[in-house]
Amino acid sequence: MSTWIQIAYLVATALFILALKWMNSPETARRGVMAGVAAMLVAVAGTLINPAIAIANYKWIALAIVIGSVIGVPLSWVPLTAVPQRTALSHAFGGLAAGLVGVSEFYLSFSESGVELNAFRTAALCVEVLLGFLTFTGSLMAAGKLQEIVPTRPITFRGQNIVNIGILAAAVAGCVALTINANYTFVFPLIIVLALAFGVMLIMPIGGADMPTVISILNSYAGLSAVAMGFVMNNKLLITAGALDGSSGLILSIIMCKAMNRSFANVLFGAFGQVQANTAKAAQKTVKSATAEDAAQIMEQANSVVIVPGYGMAVAQAQHRVRELYDHLTKRGINVKFAIHPVAGRMPGHMNVLLAEADIPYTDLVEMDDINPEMPQVDVALVVGANDVVNPAARTDKSSPIYGMPIIDVDKAKTVLVIKRSMNPGFAGIDNELYYADKTLMVFGDAKAVVGDLAKCLSGENGHH
Amino acid sequence: MQVSLKRPLAATIVLAAGGVATMAAETTARAVPGAVQHASVPGMDYVSTLFVFMLATFVGLEVIRRVSRLLHTPLMSLTNAISAIAVVGSILIAGQQHSDFRFNLLGLVAIVASVTNIVSGFLITDRMLKMFKKREVAKA
Repeated sequence: MSTWIQIAYLVATALFILALKWMNSPETARRGVMAGVAAMLVAVAGTLINPAIAIANYKWIALAIVIGSVIGVPLSWVPLTAVPQRTALSHAFGGLAAGLVGVSEFYLSFSESGVELNAFRTAALCVEVLLGFLTFTGSLMAAGKLQEIVPTRPITFRGQNIVNIGILAAAVAGCVALTINANYTFVFPLIIVLALAFGVMLIMPIGGADMPTVISILNSYAGLSAVAMGFVMNNKLLITAGALDGSSGLILSIIMCKAMNRSFANVLFGAFGQVQANTAKAAQKTVKSATAEDAAQIMEQANSVVIVPGYGMAVAQAQHRVRELYDHLTKRGINVKFAIHPVAGRMPGHMNVLLAEADIPYTDLVEMDDINPEMPQVDVALVVGANDVVNPAARTDKSSPIYGMPIIDVDKAKTVLVIKRSMNPGFAGIDNELYYADKTLMVFGDAKAVVGDLAKCLSGENGHH
Repeated sequence: MQVSLKRPLAATIVLAAGGVATMAAETTARAVPGAVQHASVPGMDYVSTLFVFMLATFVGLEVIRRVSRLLHTPLMSLTNAISAIAVVGSILIAGQQHSDFRFNLLGLVAIVASVTNIVSGFLITDRMLKMFKKREVAKA
């Protein structure tokens, strides 16, 4: 029987790798999901045939699976603008599962034979519980911030970093003590409490604009806690699947950090997004504003339009109006492309999913590095709810907090149209030179309403000349 | 932007070093007076599990580096479902006969959490991927 279990786990591992491999292109990606589902079914089936499972407990397992499914199905129906929250929430569930299994394993090792702890297993168990519980509360905090139940602005206080590092250091010290001598059982609950506290403290000072990085890091932690569980249980499937998730989170975090020109440490301890003191001077500069009709006329005469979406588009749920605008423009023979900044939105790839939902072909979604060389030839760049990712200060102003961050060079386009609710600086509180440039026209209003007006102006009725 | 492998590589080395260090700690722990005399779990081979971890991480990094930028959101929900492989550990804890049913209860809650991730993760990934379409052939 145990050979069959191992074969099932081997097959599941191969299928998980294929699932991720097929994600390399939108054409094969759905096949990847099927491979993932198959892998999970094989893994669960292989576990259920384990003779160690008591017959009397199958009914409980079945009940737990039913409850999980009943919660899981509606969670997959959330609007796509809420996907970042859902993702954070599921990282929390992943962390919780690992943490609870770890707690159970720890106390079982004292009451049952055959599962004794040695240093390796104790260390792995500590990592499992530490990562599991900090991911649990950290992800709940992140989900709360994304859902705006918890204030999205960074919450900071003096000596915060020292407190945070102190909590983490205490938890790690506890792990070390327990690894050296597993009889210090009283340390174990302390590690749990410290891990739970650290998760909250870690996310508190992080602002909404850093959420893509934070979600990726938590994704990685959830995977690594599964790896640690695999070390404790000597289960290679847990190790491989957890490592795949861990490396995915790691790569996404690196991409996000690079796209902001910041380090992990800076994201986690930098409390980015506090209002900068120098925003006051912005008031003296003048901006040119335009109505939707003016903007539509400008777009009408363009040969090429690049639309730059940002989090504002998601907040205003404007993606379907953007699609209407796209339709009217392409019908007039205007070449329309979307420029996607890696950190636009609240999680990696957020904009792509929203635009795909609105039926915009993915072939017209262009990455920052590919669109930037074309920007000087673009007639109109339309910025919808993006701010920092188009701020030229990142290239020119060494004193700017975003200096060095790669941006979409909309300021190189012939004309720039910016749809913005008001002149309030964006999330990071950094003033944007782009708005005061000669070639820039500001169209004030709600993104959904303005894009809707633009689409209406460009629709058939006005196109009789 | 090409993702450099330098940092993941460094991370893997650090993790592997951590594993080696714990093994060393285990040897030392035996020498500490009063420490629990660790009985080895049958069939437990730490070095081979570390090998598996290292190789899986390299495979993961190589495979994920090739994932289309377009699909990073579905990638995250897919890996989310995959990391719910913790369900395997949860079932083992929940299923075995323990001296106290509270152990089973912890396992059962862990199953609920993992299955929630499996079901919602795969369903929402597929729902998102269905939306990614190429440019349609010009409609009338």
